[in-house]
Amino acid sequence: MDKRIYSKWLVVPSVLVYGIFFLLPTLLSFFFSMTIWNLTEWHFTGFDNFLMFFREPSLLISIQNTLIYAVLTCVSKTIVALLVAIMLATKLPTRNFLRSMIFFPTIISTVAVGIVFSSMMHPSRGLINSALAVIGIQGPDWLGNPNLALYSVILVDLWRGIGMAMMIYLAGIIAIPAEYGEALAVDGGNALDKFRHITLPLLRSSMNSVIILSFIGGLRSFDLIWAMTGGGPGFSTEILSSLVYKQYISGFYGLSTAGNIIMLALVALLAMPLQAWLTKREVEL
Amino acid sequence: MKNIKKIRLTLAAVVANIVVLSIYAVPFLFVLLNSFKDKRGASQMKMSWPEVFHPENYIDVANTPGSNLFVAFKNSMIITVMAVVLTIFLCSTVAFYIQRRNDRSSKILNSLLMIGLMVPVAVMPTIWVLQALNLYRLKLGLVFVQVAVGIPFSMMLFRSYIATIPKEIDEAAILDGCGTWRLFGNIIFPILSPVTATVIILTAINVFNDFANALYFLPGAGNATVQLTLYNFMGAYSNKWNLLFADIVIVCIPMVILFLFFNKQIVSGMTGGAVKG
Repeated sequence: MDKRIYSKWLVVPSVLVYGIFFLLPTLLSFFFSMTIWNLTEWHFTGFDNFLMFFREPSLLISIQNTLIYAVLTCVSKTIVALLVAIMLATKLPTRNFLRSMIFFPTIISTVAVGIVFSSMMHPSRGLINSALAVIGIQGPDWLGNPNLALYSVILVDLWRGIGMAMMIYLAGIIAIPAEYGEALAVDGGNALDKFRHITLPLLRSSMNSVIILSFIGGLRSFDLIWAMTGGGPGFSTEILSSLVYKQYISGFYGLSTAGNIIMLALVALLAMPLQAWLTKREVEL
Repeated sequence: MKNIKKIRLTLAAVVANIVVLSIYAVPFLFVLLNSFKDKRGASQMKMSWPEVFHPENYIDVANTPGSNLFVAFKNSMIITVMAVVLTIFLCSTVAFYIQRRNDRSSKILNSLLMIGLMVPVAVMPTIWVLQALNLYRLKLGLVFVQVAVGIPFSMMLFRSYIATIPKEIDEAAILDGCGTWRLFGNIIFPILSPVTATVIILTAINVFNDFANALYFLPGAGNATVQLTLYNFMGAYSNKWNLLFADIVIVCIPMVILFLFFNKQIVSGMTGGAVKG
């Protein structure tokens, strides 16, 4: 009966589109990452592209930067957004307005955000350093200093990403029954007890979503870095996705695809086990 | 006691407002104010009221050769509309199948689709596939890629909504003589309208704001999307901040309008899908 009602023709169109334009290229990338390739002819080279990745410091740094970027954006969003969400879950009169304000950057073009913050982070005229100068601090060259640039972009990514994470937390906080808090109040618990023994444990699943989403987002991130620094100065903000683009522009298609595969490997080796582990802990609770 | 609590709450509200506004509202205000200044005023990058308002900046942007604004808006709109229509059709049908069949084949299909939530787009092989199909450098090619990338999330939203529709409805319709497509088109799809609306809005936001896919799969000035022209405009007119800021405002206006009208739907759609995944 089911087979007749829910005909397989319901899935054929989407399987075709998803298969041809997503799955097929993903599978092909395993092969093409092991070639020298100009889109028409290829020459199989085995693991040469990957060896080059790990030998060439300018390529290797992109892996390191990608990991720093993903871990720091993930950790900072998970923590800061939780605090913001708890603050905006209270009876603050303007809470709805503030929530919208913080969420708003989520739906704005990342390129626009990147351009605006590049101007605000201008070393001499930028708004941020002008504001710091008022209180007597000489601000750094946010995007020009190779030791700082990556962290400046991470800061902007945090600014942009808090909204989404905060909303996920808020959805979880609203689902917590008020009786729990009342019971704790009767037993003489204070706000900190409530946070530690009620809010935090019951927000586990929301927190796991935030962690996974922002970690994968961080590993795949491209637009913001590209609009703000283009991978520079030098290679200091080079990440895998920006390297994939640069190799593509220079015509090293095999190497570019190898960069893609490394990104995929990071997702498969780090993000997926992380998710499995978080889900397991969630069930145990 | 109550009064003290009230005072503390007001105080907290004042502090929270000042902090959030200075971190979140200032950048937007900054762009807006500077987009109305002259070239020299904007290049000082100050948070100040324009000495003289220059609304003509907005016309100048459209007339600057590098901005390509009209063509880009047309391209982005075409791509967005096509992607939205295709996404709705593909995701609603496949979600209906996966949720209702609930057998091995549908579970495998579901896992295959969920891979797409994590794995990054394989850039060069996608170009290779598009070339083989004669779709490279065509809007339609980019549309297919955008749709393929967006299928997993939208399918998930449809799937969890369909789970709330009792299966008895299907059975009754079949007894009345409906076939698969009449059941889906006449009975199920109309019930899906709330989630359809959410998917329309989220897909429109994603496709309109996309930068990387357009950069790779739709090169060429005539094809440029809004985000690409904005990026190119930054490179070409980096000394004309007033025009650059005006360009940013123009590019963001469609999303601002969407946000003002569909704020709740956007938030619940994005977070709901994220949590259920």
